Amino acid sequence: MNAAVAQPQASNTAFDVEKVRADFPILSRQVHGKPLVYLDSAASAQKPRQVIEAETRVYEHEYANVHRGVHYLSQAATEKFEATRTRIASFINAPDENEVVFTRGASEAINLVAYSYAGHFLKEGDEILISELEHHSNIVPWQLAAQRNGAVIRAIPIREDGQIDMDAYGDLLGPKTKLVAITAQSNALGIIPPLERMIPMAHDAGAKVLVDGCQAITHRPVDVQAMGCDFFAFSGHKIYGPTGVGGLWGRAELLESMPPWQGGGEMIARVGIEKSTYKGIPHRFEAGTPAIAQVIALKEALDYVDALGMDAIAEHEAMLLDHAVRRLEAMDGVTIIGTSPAKASIVSFLLDGIHPHDIGTIVDREGVAVRVGHHCAQPVMEHYDIAATVRASFGLYNTLAEVDALVASLEKTREIFA
Amino acid sequence: MDDLRDLYQEVILDHGKNPRNFRHPEDANRHAEGDNPLCGDRLTVYLKVGHNGLVEDVAFEGRGCAISMASASMMTEIVAGKTEEEARALFRRFHDFVMGKEEIEGADDEDLEKLIVLAGVKQFPMRVKCATLAWHTMTAAMDGENVVTTE
Repeated sequence: MNAAVAQPQASNTAFDVEKVRADFPILSRQVHGKPLVYLDSAASAQKPRQVIEAETRVYEHEYANVHRGVHYLSQAATEKFEATRTRIASFINAPDENEVVFTRGASEAINLVAYSYAGHFLKEGDEILISELEHHSNIVPWQLAAQRNGAVIRAIPIREDGQIDMDAYGDLLGPKTKLVAITAQSNALGIIPPLERMIPMAHDAGAKVLVDGCQAITHRPVDVQAMGCDFFAFSGHKIYGPTGVGGLWGRAELLESMPPWQGGGEMIARVGIEKSTYKGIPHRFEAGTPAIAQVIALKEALDYVDALGMDAIAEHEAMLLDHAVRRLEAMDGVTIIGTSPAKASIVSFLLDGIHPHDIGTIVDREGVAVRVGHHCAQPVMEHYDIAATVRASFGLYNTLAEVDALVASLEKTREIFA
Repeated sequence: MDDLRDLYQEVILDHGKNPRNFRHPEDANRHAEGDNPLCGDRLTVYLKVGHNGLVEDVAFEGRGCAISMASASMMTEIVAGKTEEEARALFRRFHDFVMGKEEIEGADDEDLEKLIVLAGVKQFPMRVKCATLAWHTMTAAMDGENVVTTE
């Protein structure tokens, strides 16, 4: 421990992290004989007992295919399934639950918009703006769309502190801009772009806006109406829900104008051999049997975080981040990448002279799970001319002691490399 | 910690910090880029191969973790002066060794003996690619493929 670093006061809110931890069975396990210190929630969050039990309960008591049968279980499963749609709508304050489309995750949600919206409505020379902060999931789908229709992708640069360069963004926006795809929070650096300014600027230029909410939705309240975006993509597994499920929210008039993107059962009204008609939204975009049990269990995850309170979670995580930044800054040779104050729950850093991969291996032996590498955000790495960083990301179950365990494991890494 | 001390032995840390033959030879006649997409590490291996198939010079440039840098550095020292065939055969045995398919403790081959310091990587399956990246890249350069990835 560095004596110069004062220990922060325990949060005086009602947030009881030990009680929360007791809900997550995996957190009591050991790794390499040490208590697990899970600091990789930005990659995927662990699941509370409530979610695990909900998924099991579906298979043991409520399982059947949805939207098809007249039998009891099919109706019961359909009702539960649709209840999650309603729950998501209230969680993100969507005006209408039919604006919520289930997907496999945020990646598929973005691919849906890239294929069906950009692929259909953009033409050669139209411009799609994405930022240098984006995850590969908010880059590659637009490249695929642009290859089909000749649209042009332009990158909004970031400043040295990792924040969007707003002057450059203003200069890039123009009559050719048809779509702006921007993250609500960088997965690699934790930086939060000023969407409250960026979205109105895009609309003034006549462009639609897709927000990648994959990280943001887990860390603070989301209100798509207040945000003013046109599309919002998110994943279930990052908000303590099951894998294989996520969603797209889109304005009804936009979704209704968009053609289907995958064909199959569930999305059709009537099928002939040569031509079919399609269901309305949202089912038009949900071909095939969905992730039924996962969708149903996702509601439990949303109920879980809502019961704790997104504001309380944000406050708890801000305390963790603040402690982590102060302790890392007190260490010699640590460089934090992305120093803008508009940041949450994630700290990405370098340790002088030691490659992140070596750090990842060594701290793992202390039970500390961090992500090392480019975090599926290679343009960010290129901006800083680095190959990789160490990323510690915090969830609602992390503690100040775990931050200290990270720092202790970094000290150990330095001893080995001394 | 013992596993870690095995992995990060003095020799490895030394080669990692001060890699040998870290340069771009003007007269290299083969080269290839190696890429480890998992960590974003990238290196280029340069070879000067004579008419008789003799590897007269080996060098590399790039950036990566201590394991990949040390393995590349040691490779350049060991392979120089060998024929292409000898170098490939050595990599095959080294590969089998780090994959746990072959033991080389006590092997009569002194080149393999030198590589025993990389044995610690066997306990860290995610890191085997770090130890073999430079070797895959060298083989690609010999094969005339200019880009290789460990995925």
